[in-house]
Amino acid sequence: MTWRQAKWEEPLIFEMGNEGRVGTLVPIDEEINKEINEVQLPEKIRRKGDLELPQLSELEVVRHFIRLSQMNFGVDNGMVPLGSCTMKYNPKIEEVAASFVENLHPLQDEETVQGVLEVIYRIQEWMADITGMDLCSLQIPAGAAGELAGVLMIKKYHETKNHINRDEMLVADTAHGTNPASAAMAGYRVIYIKSNSEGLVDIDILKETVNDRTAGFMLTNPNTLGLFEENILEIAKIIHSVDGVLYYDGANLNGILGVTKPGYMGFDIVHVNLHKTFAVPHGGGGPGAGAICAKGELVNYLPYPIVEKHNEKYTLSKVPKYSIGKIATYYGNIANVIRAYSYILGLGAEGLSYIGKMSTVATNYLIAKLKDVKGLSLIAPNRFRKHEVVFSAKPLAVSTGVTALDIAKALLDRGFYAPTIYFPGIVEEALMIEPTETEPKEVIDAFANAIKDIINKAYENPQEIQKTPQNTAVKRIDQVYANHPTTITPTYRVLKLRKLGKITALK
Amino acid sequence: MYHHPWLPNLSHLDEMLKEIGVKDVDELFKDVPQEIRIKDGYRSLPQRAMSEFEILNELSASFRKNLNLKYPPFLGGGICPHYIPYAVKMIMSRSEFYTSYTPYQQEISQGLLQALFEYQSLIAELFELEVVNASLYDWGSALAEAVLMSHRINGKKVVLVPSSMNPFRKEVLRTWIYGKGLKIVEVPINNESGETSLEEYKNILNKHKDEVTAVYMEQPNFYGVVETQLDEIFTEAKKYKAITILGMNPLFSAVIKPPGEYGVDIAVSDGQEIGLALNYGGPLLGIIATRWDSTLIKQLPGRIVGLTKDVEENRAYTLILQYREQFSRREKATSNITTNETLMAIGVAVYLSLLGKNGLITLAEEILRRSHYAVRELEKIGVRKAFSGEFLEEVALEFGKDYTEIHKHLLTKGIHGGLQLDKTKALYCFSEVHTKHAIDELIDSIREVMK
Repeated sequence: MTWRQAKWEEPLIFEMGNEGRVGTLVPIDEEINKEINEVQLPEKIRRKGDLELPQLSELEVVRHFIRLSQMNFGVDNGMVPLGSCTMKYNPKIEEVAASFVENLHPLQDEETVQGVLEVIYRIQEWMADITGMDLCSLQIPAGAAGELAGVLMIKKYHETKNHINRDEMLVADTAHGTNPASAAMAGYRVIYIKSNSEGLVDIDILKETVNDRTAGFMLTNPNTLGLFEENILEIAKIIHSVDGVLYYDGANLNGILGVTKPGYMGFDIVHVNLHKTFAVPHGGGGPGAGAICAKGELVNYLPYPIVEKHNEKYTLSKVPKYSIGKIATYYGNIANVIRAYSYILGLGAEGLSYIGKMSTVATNYLIAKLKDVKGLSLIAPNRFRKHEVVFSAKPLAVSTGVTALDIAKALLDRGFYAPTIYFPGIVEEALMIEPTETEPKEVIDAFANAIKDIINKAYENPQEIQKTPQNTAVKRIDQVYANHPTTITPTYRVLKLRKLGKITALK
Repeated sequence: MYHHPWLPNLSHLDEMLKEIGVKDVDELFKDVPQEIRIKDGYRSLPQRAMSEFEILNELSASFRKNLNLKYPPFLGGGICPHYIPYAVKMIMSRSEFYTSYTPYQQEISQGLLQALFEYQSLIAELFELEVVNASLYDWGSALAEAVLMSHRINGKKVVLVPSSMNPFRKEVLRTWIYGKGLKIVEVPINNESGETSLEEYKNILNKHKDEVTAVYMEQPNFYGVVETQLDEIFTEAKKYKAITILGMNPLFSAVIKPPGEYGVDIAVSDGQEIGLALNYGGPLLGIIATRWDSTLIKQLPGRIVGLTKDVEENRAYTLILQYREQFSRREKATSNITTNETLMAIGVAVYLSLLGKNGLITLAEEILRRSHYAVRELEKIGVRKAFSGEFLEEVALEFGKDYTEIHKHLLTKGIHGGLQLDKTKALYCFSEVHTKHAIDELIDSIREVMK
């Protein structure tokens, strides 16, 4: 039987409803209304324009968004093998856990929120243990915010130490795009370190590149090819020899959870993505949550506030000596921190120690199923991967014209989400696959079979694969129309104004 | 055999290892040097896996240590307690939304893309600005991104902010602009009205005229005071070609002049006021919007959803202007943001759709009545407004005596008052979750200490 996604021709919410409808009643206090009839705001500050929001009944709103949800696909629908995204199952108990903080205001007297502060304190401690660092701050709402915090810490560290001209940040050529983007936000010049033929940091190139301008090195381990940087201790030594800081991008932590710790490898600052490794749901792209952790004197640069415990009382009082400041307006994404807390309770140290191993088993099992498939190739084929694997579909593309993008779209038709594609850039026609430890063996089997089936069909009849997807809500998207200066439409307001001739082409 | 509900393959381990061609799991980690292996587990963590029942008990045991408040706290400081209709939470709990990833595969993610497009469109109407992105983390970081945008546009390094701006957001701004060497210069307020002093502003702007990248204002300011001279302030800023940024309370945009009516370049805000839980300060929803101007739009951070069509001419949605983003441009991207606050944006879209035009205006007016009733009654017991300016839901109050004592007394009654500002002042927020009964009890309790 063919999988098929719902296809509602659902209008925009602005095109629905009718004059005078409401979707919910606003609580009106009759008693107060008797006392205060109307508050007159000065004419000068009153809104002049009509508020052009839709007018709908509750059913219309609910049905609209339920239909939209049916045209979407998450881990609860099927496998989402996106590499470097760690799309594992999100245990349902997390949602109950998060509701405990729903109604807590961040500026409440600390005396009234001892419970939540206790949980935050525990997570700080646990994250320090898991990463092998000394102290953690939960200020960061996402991984990229953690990287920004990290590079700002590095900057302030060198400034405080009077290290002058530290203007270069090293980044592996397999790094996530966020690494160079974060370094640039902190004002650094980005220097790429090439990988060797085994897909690992080229130690010779690293040695040649490192000098007294090197502020630090941002690295994931395992890297984005899923390979463990086995020379990590030497890499750390090289960076530390010029007083550089080794930064751990925690996006790939899942593959080594329970096996090793970034602190043991010689890293100085680590960010953890709670929405990857610790099962916080991705929410369609966010919100995430994270921890930024440091070791040794670098703890003095962590963002504030950090929860402290004194005489069984918890306070949000810790401001590290040279703190870079605040990254989030309040304390980070605490509702998601609580979700991660419940996930960790559900595993305990014992369960957590299986995560890296079982995600690695899943990856290598998938490789075993796909490694001899004609049309795919693998860099460093004799090395075991950890959390993820990157296949190249270049042989297939060369002989049939069917690309990694086509394979991705054909997977959608078979009820799977697609792998991450065209990343990392050093692998042509990259298919980056992360099965995670939560996908049952049978699903991994079915996924491998789907890829084999697609590749077989590609050799027989490439056009059939190139016109996928057919079973999703829409077919391939017109990106040119989407981005053209005369048709680009980021909001309904632009659509309206364009029809009225009130806006020009976007030059 | 060890069983766990989130580890389905434990019982198939041998079979899978055999397929891989190794004898044990350890062989897969032979490239991890022995000296860096974990030897003694995670010592600080609970050792054993808990059942769901035990997790709940553990959570309850912790959260029982929070004080149970009789009414939602009368706290503002940037976010206030509000009522959220159940439909919002229900839609946000849909598995297809909340367990999905960023909609990179558009064909299978049309629902999320359309919901985000509607979120962008609803905010565009509220703010009367044409372009809105698909979300940033929170107001503080949205402001920081707006200032970094300004810097990329004109290369200048000073941002003018009112001394009355939200201090937490100011700290976020300070952190985020540190890397680029930008500087904050504060404009003082008129101590009587609480509004930004137009005269001092003009002087400071003139003094820094060659260095000002952007002028930021907040409506209302941290003390709850409504700025009535924004037109003059922004007109002046434009004379010096500074980028104009307005941080706007989104709920009250329904009744007071939205950013678009001032002709500002960029608006920033937080979505918490329009449909999101307090969440102890996060996740929230950073909002950023701009005018229809390619110079601004090209510098916007983060994802933007656009309307388009598929190959069969069906209406469709996709991510647009992706040349701005980190995955394609790396160090040349407009921002490093990747994970954003999508689910919160969907929540806001549902909330605004439910309330609609009538509901949102009715709500803003109802809150105004409640806050003005509370202040009127407080004045009867000797509490004064700290500033004479207009206010909306938040208001800085002068108690004329040690506020710590009042705060502690209120807590003994299970009531959480406002945020203490100095020895005798506190910032209060009144909203639709505070009934007359609750407000009256608050005032009666304050009266007991005021005597």
